[in-house]
Amino acid sequence: MPEFLQFAFSGLTVGAVYALVALGFTLIYNASDVINFAQGEFVMLGGMTTVFLGLAGVPLPLAAVLAIVVTVAVGLALHRFAIEPARASGAVVLIIITIGASIFLRGVAQVVFDKRFHSLPSFIGGDAIRVGGAAILPQSLVVLAGAVVIVVLLWAFIERTLTGKAMIATAANEVAARLVGIDTRAIVALSFAISAAIGAVAGILITPITLTSYDVGSLLALKGFAAAMLGGIGSAVGAVIGGLLLGLFEAFAAGYVSSQYKDAVAFLIILIVLFATPRGLFGRAPIERV
Amino acid sequence: MPGYAKTAAVIALWLAGGAGKASAQVKLGAVLSVTGPASFLGDPEKKTLETYVDEINAKGGVNGQKLQLVVYDDGADANAARTFATRLVEEDKVVAMVGGTTTGATLAMIPVFEEAQIPLISLAGAIQIIEPVRKWVFKTPHTDKMACEKIFADLKQRNLTTVALISGTDAFGKSMRDQCVAVAPQAGITIAHEESYGPRDSDMTPQLTNIKGKPAVQAVINPGFGQGPAIVTRNYRQLGIALPLYQSHGVASKQFIDLAGPAADGVRLPAAALLVAEKLPDNDPQKPVVVAYTRTYQQKTGQPVSTFGGHAYDGLMIFVEAAKRAGSFDKAKVRDEIEKTKNFIGTGGIVNMSPRDHLGLDLSAFRVLEIKGGDWTLVQ
Repeated sequence: MPEFLQFAFSGLTVGAVYALVALGFTLIYNASDVINFAQGEFVMLGGMTTVFLGLAGVPLPLAAVLAIVVTVAVGLALHRFAIEPARASGAVVLIIITIGASIFLRGVAQVVFDKRFHSLPSFIGGDAIRVGGAAILPQSLVVLAGAVVIVVLLWAFIERTLTGKAMIATAANEVAARLVGIDTRAIVALSFAISAAIGAVAGILITPITLTSYDVGSLLALKGFAAAMLGGIGSAVGAVIGGLLLGLFEAFAAGYVSSQYKDAVAFLIILIVLFATPRGLFGRAPIERV
Repeated sequence: MPGYAKTAAVIALWLAGGAGKASAQVKLGAVLSVTGPASFLGDPEKKTLETYVDEINAKGGVNGQKLQLVVYDDGADANAARTFATRLVEEDKVVAMVGGTTTGATLAMIPVFEEAQIPLISLAGAIQIIEPVRKWVFKTPHTDKMACEKIFADLKQRNLTTVALISGTDAFGKSMRDQCVAVAPQAGITIAHEESYGPRDSDMTPQLTNIKGKPAVQAVINPGFGQGPAIVTRNYRQLGIALPLYQSHGVASKQFIDLAGPAADGVRLPAAALLVAEKLPDNDPQKPVVVAYTRTYQQKTGQPVSTFGGHAYDGLMIFVEAAKRAGSFDKAKVRDEIEKTKNFIGTGGIVNMSPRDHLGLDLSAFRVLEIKGGDWTLVQ
């Protein structure tokens, strides 16, 4: 049984990372139907900025806060200078723009930071916690807790505040939302800001586990996107469940089947799930929004 | 219009010819992966070549002529490398080439230089570059086969014979894994279990749990580079596995120790003497060379040395010495002299080339290092 438990711990660790990245996709998607492929770069910016501010002598907690601020600024700039001017072009064009933005941000990070891997110290001690013959790092629990906190805050924001409602309205029908007095441009900008903040928090929390470099974003975004699709894109709870499931699939596939095929097994299961429920496990049917 | 084009072409030719005659410089080509995924290799290589070509020129050049370095950046793209190789041969008319950085780029460029009959000294790892031997192709870095043999030799000394492999699925990890599997029987080593991980994976505990569950395994070897081996090392300690862990020469940089943290303590790996320059015994023939290179490089760039820049130093110096012995830059004569390189003391080891060996290093070029208290120590 210790093997099973260890695989589960591994799955939860990796899954929590995916879940945090997946959460970043939900908000922008909810506000504008755009899947922001630069989300992975927000994650990278959060981690890398913290690392470099830390190296420059800034205390780590302050460095983390500054990193979030920087990433939010980048998110707003992305919206203002890349998304907003092309707003009339429809979601597909905007998605392609975000891919371009992701490549651009990666290139800039390569020059501004460097091309090496970096790490951050674990938040609460580096020694593994041993349970029933298996071991889990305390940082994995921090990442899981972070995912839960973000889900609760997101839920409260969308369901309990007027701005959150305005965001749902903007997503449902932009013209109608504008007619009832919602500043849709500000709402979409806000969604980019919050997503960037979520990405930055994710990057800071996961760096002690995954390490970071200028190009970690692309693969994290891919896995996070798969997790978000599995959970049902646009649903915060779905993003977390999807992320954890994807992590568990990979860990059990690596442990019981073969480490060569773990990604293949995980994606095969995702395909099967999506065949059965095309909107993902927690996806809303579009009819609900009308 | 065709008339204009013709005139322009004639003028261009004339200008190119004139420029060639005006400078009494000899061009040395280098196609390196200065940017892109292999930039951590190509960047120190480029800086090394620039530093030492300047230094050689300041001392009057080679055979009375100054060297001019022509560097192209292939971004780790083999197609781009081949295009630049053609440009070096046809437009720049280089007398020799030091590069490419990666095995893929080198293999793509070899046909160009073989056909043009220009010596090429590669800075890439794989053994395929020099096996089978090609007339115009040489290389300076150790092969992954040698790394495996060195690890196995150290295992034998510790009376350990049964190992497990956990390899990265990137090109480096795969190639080294294949070489280790191939040489294990001759070395008397049994590979009892094999696992792998993707180059971007962030948790390898399932694979290591499986290895932990195999009672026969006495040691674990991790062929791979990048951040993967650092995570393997951390997970290894997280699971409390007590067996000796061997990493490859692919992680022989301070960065690995930084990333793996205290978990790196006790990890062994084969690496070039360059990494432990100051710690070598004073009677070590390589000591003066590696200490001098380390000082020059750090002073010039402000960055810690890596073995990769060292390979470029070796390649450049082997070419320069050969050209001096040849007394000219005649390509065929320089090639013959490169092949006759004997007792050349470089950063990678002592090079003794022959018509059948275009690398010229033996196992003594590798040192077994153990990480203790966040620093390298030499294992005697």
